[in-house]
Amino acid sequence: MHNIVFAVIARDLRLALRRPADIASAVFFFVIVVSLFPLGIGPEVDLLRKLAPGVLWVAALLATMLSLPRLFADDHRDGTLEQLALAPHPLGLVVTGKVIAHWLISGLPLALIAPVLGIQFDLTADALLVLTGAILLGTPALSGIGAIGAALTLGLRGGGVLLSLLVLPLYIPVLIFGAGAVDATVSGLGGEGHLSLLAAMTIAAIGFAPWASAAALKIALE
Amino acid sequence: MTDRFNLYHYASPATFYPLAGRLIPWFAALAAIFGLIGLYIGMLVAPTDFQQGEGYRIIFIHVPASWMSMFIYLVMAFWAAIGLAFNTRLSGMMARALAPTGALMAFLSLWTGALWGKPMWGTWWVWDARLTSELILLFLYIGYMALVAAIDDPRRGDKAGGLLLLVGVVNVPIIYFSVKWWNTLHQGSSVNLAKSSMAEVMLWAMLLVALSFWMYSIAVAFARVRTLILERERNADWVKAELAGDRP
Amino acid sequence: MIYWNSFSDFLAMGGYGLYVWGSFGVTALIMASEPLLVARRRKATIARLKRQLRAESRTTDA
Repeated sequence: MHNIVFAVIARDLRLALRRPADIASAVFFFVIVVSLFPLGIGPEVDLLRKLAPGVLWVAALLATMLSLPRLFADDHRDGTLEQLALAPHPLGLVVTGKVIAHWLISGLPLALIAPVLGIQFDLTADALLVLTGAILLGTPALSGIGAIGAALTLGLRGGGVLLSLLVLPLYIPVLIFGAGAVDATVSGLGGEGHLSLLAAMTIAAIGFAPWASAAALKIALE
Repeated sequence: MTDRFNLYHYASPATFYPLAGRLIPWFAALAAIFGLIGLYIGMLVAPTDFQQGEGYRIIFIHVPASWMSMFIYLVMAFWAAIGLAFNTRLSGMMARALAPTGALMAFLSLWTGALWGKPMWGTWWVWDARLTSELILLFLYIGYMALVAAIDDPRRGDKAGGLLLLVGVVNVPIIYFSVKWWNTLHQGSSVNLAKSSMAEVMLWAMLLVALSFWMYSIAVAFARVRTLILERERNADWVKAELAGDRP
Repeated sequence: MIYWNSFSDFLAMGGYGLYVWGSFGVTALIMASEPLLVARRRKATIARLKRQLRAESRTTDA
């Protein structure tokens, strides 16, 4: 049962590593967007420290969005998706594997680079730690919810813009608690409550979203 | 058994089309009657609110519009669930027909909320939990309409839109509570739009206007669904007869 | 029964006239134009479907 999940993860990672430039460009997008804010706002440290959690999280949402249209599109084009849908194992497990692979490719690198960007915003060591933890905990939910949008917009013209229109409103709770965790740490309230809610959202998203995406894929493939 | 039969009978577009046509004038008339009585009470009879002055009268449309915007989204999700579970053709069309009206209600709620906020709070827009949630609800409506419009195959559009509605309706409470929580963290609680200490006349006026908006939404959605049915079923014999008979 | 003393009082809304009538005006405008737009779309659709029907019957006749 779980072999299929791991097989899909391994396959998607192998395919992604063949084109490392795609992973790198999403990460650089994240870096550039975050670096634009001080240029737009000004270099006052107090203001930047206050804005950092929100800026980093919004940039992370947008960076995850970048790779979503390709989540199913390549498999759809070469017919793999149809075969997977007809195969005896549940399509939901296949999507679970793809979501996890997507997170490893797009979410994990963001979490690794975020502390470096946080230093630019003069965040304390505590805040940097919580920021990394929050992005690690929250981005899987983004990949999961995003997969639903990617499946619904599969093969549509203007799919990328439409995808962001559908998915970004659903990302709001993750944004609120992700940025809230860092905010609470900065203000000395402690971010544990936020982090556990983020974890709950991620568990719910990883549990349910692949099955909703599988249903959407079946609709798209009909 | 007969009930079940009737339900399936009216779920067919061919029978629903004339039924909706007959019902529209009734719903429109009810909307007008409820609206006139509600506005008469709200605008002419109800006394002033000692805290908010005459500006409070905006809530007679603000609150019903907000209610309807949320209620219509729930009704759309209900039709989406029926459509996905039983594969009925009419359900997807009903959801499509309701969406523009729901989006307009959400817009009206925001517009009247802004016009209420300017004299009461001193600004057009406050990141108040309810206003923010209403804005997100408007985004959800726009997302649904954009998705449905982008899919050329109508049946696929119905199903994909239905799935999005179900995902949305699961997320609405999560979004609402996270926004509420975010709001209480970032600012003290502000004056509520609808104070609980409302006089009975005011409550009646608000309920009557809400009923009026409800009937209005049904009438408009029925009118829209009739056009959708004609378009979808244009190859059916009854539609050809309907068009050839030159009936409106 | 009627709360207002004069019509101009009613229009002024105790100084809130702009906000109250701005709200009610836009609501009335939207609720008047939405049914009109729906009706216009319906007319256009019926006309288009009739055209298609005539074109089809011509091709089948020939």
